[in-house]
Amino acid sequence: MTVVDTEATISYDDVLASFDPVMGLEVHVELGTNTKMFCGCATEFGAEPNTQVCPVCLGLPGALPVVNETAVESAIRIGLALNCEIAEWCRFARKNYFYPDMPKNFQTSQYDEPIAFNGFLDVELDDGTTYRVEIERAHMEEDTGKSLHVGGSTGRIHGATHSLVDYNRAGIPLIEIVTKPMLGAGERAPEVARAYVATLRDLLKALDVSDVKMEQGSMRCDVNLSLMPKGSTTLGTRTETKNVNSLRSVERAVRYEMCRHGAVLQAGGSILQETRHWHEDTGATTSGRPKSDADDYRYFPEPDLVPVAPSRETVESLRATLPEPPAQRRKRLQSDWGFSDLEMRDVLNAGLVDLIGETVDAGATPAGARKWWSGEIARRANAEGATDVASYAAERSITPAHVVELEGLVKAGRLNDSMARQAWEGVLDGEGTPTAVADARGLELVQDDGALEAAVDKVIEANADVAQKVRDGKVQAAGALIGQVMKEMKGQADAGKAREIILAKLTS
Amino acid sequence: MASTLPTCHKGQRTVGPRQGLPRIPPRLARMAELSRDDVAHLAGLARIDLSDAELDKMVGELGVILESVATVQQSPIEGVEPMSHPMPLVNVTRPDVVRPSLGAEAALAGAPEADQQRFSVPRILDED
Ligand SMILES: [Zn+2]
Repeated sequence: MTVVDTEATISYDDVLASFDPVMGLEVHVELGTNTKMFCGCATEFGAEPNTQVCPVCLGLPGALPVVNETAVESAIRIGLALNCEIAEWCRFARKNYFYPDMPKNFQTSQYDEPIAFNGFLDVELDDGTTYRVEIERAHMEEDTGKSLHVGGSTGRIHGATHSLVDYNRAGIPLIEIVTKPMLGAGERAPEVARAYVATLRDLLKALDVSDVKMEQGSMRCDVNLSLMPKGSTTLGTRTETKNVNSLRSVERAVRYEMCRHGAVLQAGGSILQETRHWHEDTGATTSGRPKSDADDYRYFPEPDLVPVAPSRETVESLRATLPEPPAQRRKRLQSDWGFSDLEMRDVLNAGLVDLIGETVDAGATPAGARKWWSGEIARRANAEGATDVASYAAERSITPAHVVELEGLVKAGRLNDSMARQAWEGVLDGEGTPTAVADARGLELVQDDGALEAAVDKVIEANADVAQKVRDGKVQAAGALIGQVMKEMKGQADAGKAREIILAKLTS
Repeated sequence: MASTLPTCHKGQRTVGPRQGLPRIPPRLARMAELSRDDVAHLAGLARIDLSDAELDKMVGELGVILESVATVQQSPIEGVEPMSHPMPLVNVTRPDVVRPSLGAEAALAGAPEADQQRFSVPRILDED
């Protein structure tokens, strides 16, 4: 018997030469409800340990859970946004397991009767093509508590002597969204996985059902992966890599598992069905525990909760609350605003779409809104190490109205471009509104044409050779003169007007 | 958001066929012989440490219990929907309004051990 190294990898190209990847993604989303799924405990992130717990979420004897109405509505809206059918009648089930993160010794979940099923989500890839991800189901369940492993040196379980558990998170509503096997992505499997999670995140954000912060764990992804020999239609054995919690990691985890599966299969070994741990630092996975059979969870209908049976009227009224799908909205805004593909992509990547939208609504031009948000303001945010321009601006009370006001000052001829930048500097330093900063810093274009004309005359006299070129028809040479005039005016002149006067004097 | 789900409609029908999904076949459709491995496996899931002698004893005792319970399988259930709840109710919900929690002190009062305002439990082996 040959021994196969189950932790070796082969190159990505070698995997693709012999195998087709099949993925399945399970995404858990914590809903942004005020209270937990089955009790009235608050769901504040970062609260003191065990301050948001009660007999229901601690599983004390005699406690009776009652379903959170808003959580059910959110679940239905998510299902509808994913083009799912909504169950006419469904139940909760107990998923039984003994682990200290669930004080009840079971997790209340849904099993064979999910609230939403048979949907799809179209995912746009970088090259503009679309991959349709089929959705198997979206079901309601509850989150678990958080364990802290102590006594060891690393905070991980190995070497720990005991675990300290905080049940604030136990019982927070979760929606688990499960895809059908994703086939045919080939070499683009990692990109498709990432794009799916990103698209789903945008959709959930637009639905306003969750803050979908992967870094805080309010959106978590498990990556199932298997390989099929090329030409085969039989699914291979899959592994499930747990808690892959950033978009980049989703992409890397798919790629890594493809390369690992490929190595095992090519060496004649077989894949063990197991969970795998993802390691952000090394970009690798390690073996976890063997995957439990669904039977081992001994699911049965939750006797303490009655069925959820949303009427068709309820479903339709919730459907009416769905926002415009983010991809469609992006296309509409790009065309309304007249942005190029590149400009739109930059604005999207910088997370500025909503701010620009609000700024345009408040009266700015799209070009102006884009220019200042992705220019001065974003630059300053980046320089100060802020990752998110919107929250940087919010912290400093910078609003769309400021952008509108500043653009108004430029349009009215009071500020030129470089003065506008100085005005932003003041606004971002907390010196007040653009007008207040312009007043305080004495930013004002000289409106006195006499002073400007005098400056032009002085510059023409001092640069007779350049002036002659302009007279001879080399209009672009006027640029050098304009620069001199602006210098003469200490920047406080309208460059356009200076150009007008220079050309009038030299070419008429 | 205004409530759009009806709450606690008494007398509303509770039976409804499940749509679209393949039915997961009920387990233990036929009561199989309980093996020693089955009992060991169940004990593992329940995290109960059984000695060899206890295992042998449990195989016999559980077998008798299963056999007794198996008589319900002789009931004529043709056309009868499985029941999970004795009351004919659906859509019992509550509004998403925060209610007071216990407070950490009361919550931890029943804990055998607490540390750093958390429940202290023995470490769990082989899992992370
Ligand atoms: Zn609670």
